[in-house]
Amino acid sequence: MKEIRWHGRGGQGAKTVSQVLAQINLREGKYVQAFPEFGPERSGAPIRAYNRISDEEILVHSAVYSPDLAVIVDESLLTSEKPTDGLHPDGTLVVNTSCSTEEIRTRTGFKGKIVVLDADRIGREAGTGFANIPMLGAVAAVLGTAWSIVEEEVRRTMGERISKEMLDKNITALRAAYDAAKKGVAGG
Amino acid sequence: MRKVMTGHKAVAEAMRQIEPDVVAVYPITPQSEIAEYYADYVHDGIVHTELVPVESEHSAMSACVGAAAAGARVMTATSSQGLALLVEVLYIAAGMRLPIVMALANRSLSAPINIHCDHSDAYLARDAGAFQVFCESAQEVYDYMLIAQRIAEHDKIRLPGIVNLDGFSLTHTSQVVEPLEDAVAKKFVGVFKPVHPLLDVDKPVTWGPFAMPDYYFELKRAQQAAIEEVPTVFLDVQKAFVKTSGRAYAGFVEKYRLDDADRALVVLGSTAGTAKIAVDALRSEGEKVGLLKVWLYRPFPYQAVASALERVKHVAVLDRAISFGAMGALYSDVATSLVRSQVRPALHNYIYGLGGRDITVEQLAEVLVGLEKVHPDEVLRYIGLRE
Repeated sequence: MKEIRWHGRGGQGAKTVSQVLAQINLREGKYVQAFPEFGPERSGAPIRAYNRISDEEILVHSAVYSPDLAVIVDESLLTSEKPTDGLHPDGTLVVNTSCSTEEIRTRTGFKGKIVVLDADRIGREAGTGFANIPMLGAVAAVLGTAWSIVEEEVRRTMGERISKEMLDKNITALRAAYDAAKKGVAGG
Repeated sequence: MRKVMTGHKAVAEAMRQIEPDVVAVYPITPQSEIAEYYADYVHDGIVHTELVPVESEHSAMSACVGAAAAGARVMTATSSQGLALLVEVLYIAAGMRLPIVMALANRSLSAPINIHCDHSDAYLARDAGAFQVFCESAQEVYDYMLIAQRIAEHDKIRLPGIVNLDGFSLTHTSQVVEPLEDAVAKKFVGVFKPVHPLLDVDKPVTWGPFAMPDYYFELKRAQQAAIEEVPTVFLDVQKAFVKTSGRAYAGFVEKYRLDDADRALVVLGSTAGTAKIAVDALRSEGEKVGLLKVWLYRPFPYQAVASALERVKHVAVLDRAISFGAMGALYSDVATSLVRSQVRPALHNYIYGLGGRDITVEQLAEVLVGLEKVHPDEVLRYIGLRE
């Protein structure tokens, strides 16, 4: 079973993409959980969201304490939220940043795998202004999910909420981040 | 087809398929999304339900009572303080033998105010006369909503029913659920047949009359007879559901690796899933441990619990609420179950998870490992409490 912890700020859509990630993995034939941190939700305040992904039925209902993946949607949380707490030593830290892997390693002291991508820039260039979808693309790449499934499920789940034009822009951002993270995984 | 959905959505999906005539509901965390999903179905014309957005839970259950007496199929949902406000009228629904099914998204009671899960709200409604079911997963929540509807509307029962789902850990967690096809679910639940409806003006009847000392007692005894029928009907309906769905439910309780266990946990709700992981971990180390999960909480299945536990040496009963000044409510029921057994386990009571305090695999394993060493006088203990 893989456990994932998302660090974002209220309004950035970390919870939304954790739910889309669950859908993607259901398509992969997995059992899944997605849940937000159960606290008051305020725009801009640090929030956490979680995923569990497994080949077998997931019975556990406790919080996630030692994730395999920590995903930092908002770089400012890198120091204030201690996102490497409990992160498995062989796990992966995925960070939305313009810094290099080495810089993030120095700042966090994390010895496992680090994947960096500038999701803010990707979102900006694609015209969405959101980092959550690029971070979803990066996580899907880290998990080794086939692109066709990622695209299809994002189109299906997000298509109900946003216009066709905005959906296409999101898919562009998703793809750019997916490819960047693939390179990061191979190189890092 | 397997889908990903929250516990909220699982309840709303079951309600959509049951398609009650009337839903009267007032928002409260962590229930609100159930009502929101259902309001969408009404707005979009997917269901033909009169949705009554009342101004309180007391009014919600009052509207349910009125509509049910009028001859409608009626449902609602609530949590915590909402249940507390509603419970006065829940007693009336039970006394009037009205089959109102309610999802209860379990949340702690104030004060201090807290939105998170414990079972103090379910325990508050314990003696109201509604039958109660606890669920481990969103799948069970969906399934037992359909099962509860058929039990509530059964000729021999005609009582309100509560389907409990742990706040947040079930309500707000997206998980895999395999709902039945609409036609299959609708066929399973069946067509609602009102009994002596008020709106049948050709056959006028009186509902909710006054009863003096010469009749009140007999009416309450009749109500007890009705809820005593629930176990038989529960097994029949559960069996029918298993046949329809292929799911593996059998009985009032789930016995997990209990047959040769010398130590066991007894729990309600989603903690059962976490406890199964703890049991598996200890079993792999050769420890003879097991779990008893109680589905049907009211009426309490005393005999089934006794026969499941009497050969176990040590049993830890976990209550997710304090019954102030008394042992835990579930503990008291389990103790009553075993009082006539010739051989019975040493019983221990643990209070856990109040106000959403997390309960982990490690904590549950620790309880099981330490059970033999607990001093017999130390019956009531706490898990995960700072002291």
